Amino acid sequence: MAYLDHAATTPVLPEAVSAVTEALGGLGNASALHGSGRTARRRVEESRESLADALGARPSEVIFTAGGTESDNLALKGLFWARRAEDPRRRRVIVSAVEHHAVLDAVQWLASAQGAETVLLPVDRLGRVEPDVLRDALAADPDSAALVSVMWANNEVGTIQPIAELAGIAHEFGVPFHTDAVQAVGSLAVDFAESGVDALTMTGHKLGGPYGAGALLLRRDVDCVPLLHGGGQERDVRSGTLDVAGAVGLTTATCITVLRRRQTTARIAELREKLVAGVRVAVPDVVVNGDPEHRLPGIAHLTFPGCEGDSLLMLLDARGVECSTGSACAAGVAQPSHVLLAMGADDAAARGSLRFSLGHTTTADDVAAVVAAIGPVVERARRAGTAVPAGTGA
Amino acid sequence: MKVLAAMSGGVDSAVAAARAVDAGHDVTGIHLALSTNPATLRTGARGCCTIEDSNDARRAADVLGIPFYIWDLAERFRADVVDDFVAEYAAGRTPNPCLRCNEKIKFSAVLDRALALGFDAVVTGHHARLADGVLRRSVDAGKDQSYVLAVLTPQQLAHAIFPLGDTTKADVRAEAAARGLAVADKPDSHDICFIADGDTRGFLTRHLGSTPGDIVDAGSGAIVGSHAGAHGFTVGQRRGLHLDRVAPGGEPRYVLEIRPATNTVVVGPGELLDVDEVAAERPVWTSGYPGEQFECSVQLRAHGMVSPARVVIEGERVVARLHTTQRGVAAGQALVMYDGDRVLGSATISSARRAPVPA
Repeated sequence: MAYLDHAATTPVLPEAVSAVTEALGGLGNASALHGSGRTARRRVEESRESLADALGARPSEVIFTAGGTESDNLALKGLFWARRAEDPRRRRVIVSAVEHHAVLDAVQWLASAQGAETVLLPVDRLGRVEPDVLRDALAADPDSAALVSVMWANNEVGTIQPIAELAGIAHEFGVPFHTDAVQAVGSLAVDFAESGVDALTMTGHKLGGPYGAGALLLRRDVDCVPLLHGGGQERDVRSGTLDVAGAVGLTTATCITVLRRRQTTARIAELREKLVAGVRVAVPDVVVNGDPEHRLPGIAHLTFPGCEGDSLLMLLDARGVECSTGSACAAGVAQPSHVLLAMGADDAAARGSLRFSLGHTTTADDVAAVVAAIGPVVERARRAGTAVPAGTGA
Repeated sequence: MKVLAAMSGGVDSAVAAARAVDAGHDVTGIHLALSTNPATLRTGARGCCTIEDSNDARRAADVLGIPFYIWDLAERFRADVVDDFVAEYAAGRTPNPCLRCNEKIKFSAVLDRALALGFDAVVTGHHARLADGVLRRSVDAGKDQSYVLAVLTPQQLAHAIFPLGDTTKADVRAEAAARGLAVADKPDSHDICFIADGDTRGFLTRHLGSTPGDIVDAGSGAIVGSHAGAHGFTVGQRRGLHLDRVAPGGEPRYVLEIRPATNTVVVGPGELLDVDEVAAERPVWTSGYPGEQFECSVQLRAHGMVSPARVVIEGERVVARLHTTQRGVAAGQALVMYDGDRVLGSATISSARRAPVPA
């Protein structure tokens, strides 16, 4: 089996498994006052300090959450509510058109249920937000801007956004800036303070940590209304008994991954080049999507003209190659990727694409398996692609 | 063989897929997403089309340890089944959408794609027997689905596998429970999958609008009531007529005829519904041409009665002369011809009448 879906989730590091296992054996509510509580609290706070250190943040800026979706929702809704409470004119939530659904759907809800107005920033054909596009969107009516959210690196095509520049523009207008850095942390140099962003989403299971453990890095001077009310943990922004093992596992994985980043990503980038080159030989008309320069090292997003992505995925799966087509809705019905559509691809190209994502356990054999399988798979998928008229398939 | 198991989320298709695995086939499960607006979980499962059904199908596939995918055929289904259903009613006929779905979706769009992807056959949980190209009724007469499969050609049947034909529904449920499939006691699907609330007339009104018209008595020609659209009626229907005037003698009246051109519904006494000659079009022969005329038994609606008949083929037209009358035969339904329990073929009913007694 060749696992090439690391952007969906990546194997948990053995060190994280040990750390979580060990922490689960410990007793204590980190908010309790007795000895057990103090022990638990010490583990959490040491994790907070290490995580902050690895990401260029201060410990007090780390808010532990249950993962990327929660962090995105907390940032989008919490910042929107806080900003509007200060000034009711602030209705506009400005986000890129290629955000993850955890951002897009949260904004859509704010628009449909909370009186927000969604401003979708278009991207160029490489998937990049032009800084001037953001500047124009803010300048159109600065008083009504509630917040800006642009992801650090895209989960489908891997395109990296000029985050520091975009955050700087938002600050020119006095507007807070959030970034979903779920795919970036561990793959790119992410320094919270240096980037200038006000809030940053990250999660554990994309970099070798446990599922259900993530964080929102949130500057101390940024107001955020909580989603979860209760015991007042995490600066009163995120109530709930602290998940000691989750915090320990998240931090262990993040610190190790950040420490090994240059070495790992250099190896991954080389394998990724081999994969793309090999696929190109087998399928000469393959189209490589995303930004050739500003791109995550481990993502190869490819369009195979004349194929349905779902057919390709199924045929590769049958040959032991595991990859992804991109976004899927609740019923599991594949939708054409909103990311590719935003980048100007037509519906057929948006449906006929695959994402291969490489990670810390990827080997040359995995890449060889893709290269060996892709030719016959594409040939068969093309035949099936024409068996059902366009727009009806899969 | 490499086979594709169509899994609706119900008990039948889950057991059919399980039996295909047991038979040594390389099985891949698929669930057909047929609705462009899948109902929410709160609506509950109705045997197809809901998110809960696709989850049930996925869960069954996971228990069987087979790959599982969802194929989005919503656009094809809308065009070939739903639009056809509405158009048939608008033309005064009564279609059978399950039959159309087998003909156009499961054993056309899905089968074509499956073959192109390298599969040899499509497996479904239909209750019918199929062996050596011969399609027969299920051993469970109450659950037999050969009627809605009789529209398939020999080419389509050559790539079909129905593993449940020799098993009663009760035994299928027991087997599902023994296999640890959670859908073992899931209620049967019924009615029409794309009309979630079961209100066919309301569905047709939404698609065709309301056009008030007259309900006319067949004998006197008198207007005896009004309706909101002739498409809401089916030949043989008795309930829901809301007639203003009671028939002389007070006997019940039935829909005898729908005239879409004048938006008129004709009603009359039940005996006028009795027919013994049925004409049908576009025959499909399940296992080869049976000859110009032959004796057989015919079924004129799903789960309907069977009549012995002499069938005469006149080109693209089939005329069945029934040896016993049937009541309430609706145009648009299938005339399915059987030799005993063996399906010979089918054709779409265009008209039915009481043949004049020869002088």
